[in-house]
Amino acid sequence: MTRTNIALLVLIACVAALPLFGDAYAMRLGTMACMYAIFALSWNIVGGFAGYPSFATAAFFGLGAYTTGILMNKGVPLSVSLLGALVLCLVLAAALGAVLLRLRGHYFAIASLSLVEVFRELVNNATDLTGGGMGLNIPLVSGSSVLSDATFFFYAMWGLLLLTALVVIAVSASKLGFGLNCIRQNETASNMVGLNSTLHKAVAFGLSACFVGAAGGLYAAWVHYIDPSDVFDILYSVKPIVMALMGGLGSPLGVVCGAFVYLGLEEVVWRNYIQIHSGVLGVLIILLLLFLPHGLISLHASKIWRGLFGRKAKHV
Amino acid sequence: MSELRHEILHLSNVSRHFSGLKALSDVSLSVNKGEVVGLIGPNGAGKTTLVNTICGVTPASSGVVTFDGRDITRIKTYQSARLGLSRTFQIVQPFAEYSALDNVAAAALFSQPGESLKSAREAARAHLAFVGLDAQADQSAATLTLAMRKRLELAKALAMKPKLLFLDEVNAGLNSAEVERATKLIHQLAADGITIVMIEHLMKVVLNVCTRIAVLHNGRLIADGAPRDIIRDPAVVDAYLGQQYAQRNAARG
Repeated sequence: MTRTNIALLVLIACVAALPLFGDAYAMRLGTMACMYAIFALSWNIVGGFAGYPSFATAAFFGLGAYTTGILMNKGVPLSVSLLGALVLCLVLAAALGAVLLRLRGHYFAIASLSLVEVFRELVNNATDLTGGGMGLNIPLVSGSSVLSDATFFFYAMWGLLLLTALVVIAVSASKLGFGLNCIRQNETASNMVGLNSTLHKAVAFGLSACFVGAAGGLYAAWVHYIDPSDVFDILYSVKPIVMALMGGLGSPLGVVCGAFVYLGLEEVVWRNYIQIHSGVLGVLIILLLLFLPHGLISLHASKIWRGLFGRKAKHV
Repeated sequence: MSELRHEILHLSNVSRHFSGLKALSDVSLSVNKGEVVGLIGPNGAGKTTLVNTICGVTPASSGVVTFDGRDITRIKTYQSARLGLSRTFQIVQPFAEYSALDNVAAAALFSQPGESLKSAREAARAHLAFVGLDAQADQSAATLTLAMRKRLELAKALAMKPKLLFLDEVNAGLNSAEVERATKLIHQLAADGITIVMIEHLMKVVLNVCTRIAVLHNGRLIADGAPRDIIRDPAVVDAYLGQQYAQRNAARG
């Protein structure tokens, strides 16, 4: 395992200590941090490794949320519902990926964006199943106290983050990850050396959707109420891209750092500039991208990394 | 060399058009095991299209391509690679961020299902040594010179354990010392028994290494035969070689 991947696992392990210090607010923030990190890591599989800029995060987040919500309303326990959401997103995304990932660049970006709209309209119109625009209430899970509820969902989200990170690390070290990197660098040459790029991209899209879907499910159970405009919010698609760019495209450690920094910025700006928060956040992001185009990880990579190992950190 | 006369590639009446443009019309050609076939013709004659059609990049509009007794007309590119058809590109296509070693490892890894990354990298070292790039193994492909990148293409193609190797202008853009070096490599490959089809503009190289020459002009195969017959063929002189070449050739005897 590479050093950056070990650093990533250490970072995630540190996050687990949060309940020792935090109140319910800190737990809420921690849960969001884990969720954002799941988004960023997942997006990185298809956007960072394979180089296909996907805007489909919100689509699978919403799909996972509704799948879990509907199953739980039918009396299925949370764990099984989450598993259902994960599997559904994996299979559906892989199937859609085999078709959508034939498009490249901007065309793929727009097509993936349209998935969000399509799923939202489907949910909006399947009123019997989803409650349509009225939203969906989701039964309480633990419900003993505010703090124990918060702790439960924090650890659930944290566990999902750990699982995501382990899968991403395994992918990056595997033949699949090697192939995805080939596809990003030169898809023509990839096909020519015998790489089945359609299969690779479909699997990558499936993997990038399934953990987002499970996170959506956890989110739904956590907030007890979802509606289409909440969970199919296009911002869920945009944020992971910003996080990845801020942290360092392609690097799992980088994108998780990006997710945490992004959440920190979002909170600080929200508290201090409640009237103009999105404007201030936007300016900050642009400044960061202008002055740190290769992300936070490049600070690390260029100065410390080269000194230690005598070569540049790679996208592995 | 080809006592067995075992046919490895056969094209019958292969055509390919891009909407109105007929890039290939009714090309029939066969290649025997162990042959080194030179594919020549003026720019735009359809040489690269022919290779693309065989490899499944731009499948034939009509006609049949068989490889090793198998119909591969409608095959996907990655499948043709796994069958043992490999090629170098006229415009080099490296994985720019990867090291030279990983470039070649990728070729070994994906062309042979079941290959592991570790053994692919080991195999890659041997192929890099063969083309004389062992010193550059850890350098990223983007930093290599053109001549080195051409040799990297060759190493990648070899790592795929080809039964049939297409070389698309491996010498274009190289100086004479580099051409000599590349020619030597091709000779070695032919000696190892790899069947080669090479697109080449340098007649010196073609005559030096090829056992047979096929000539394309405007998407049609206008000649196919032994090198010494081809360079005297009036149709070929007209379409490609030019009168000057023919006269010089005649003067040399």
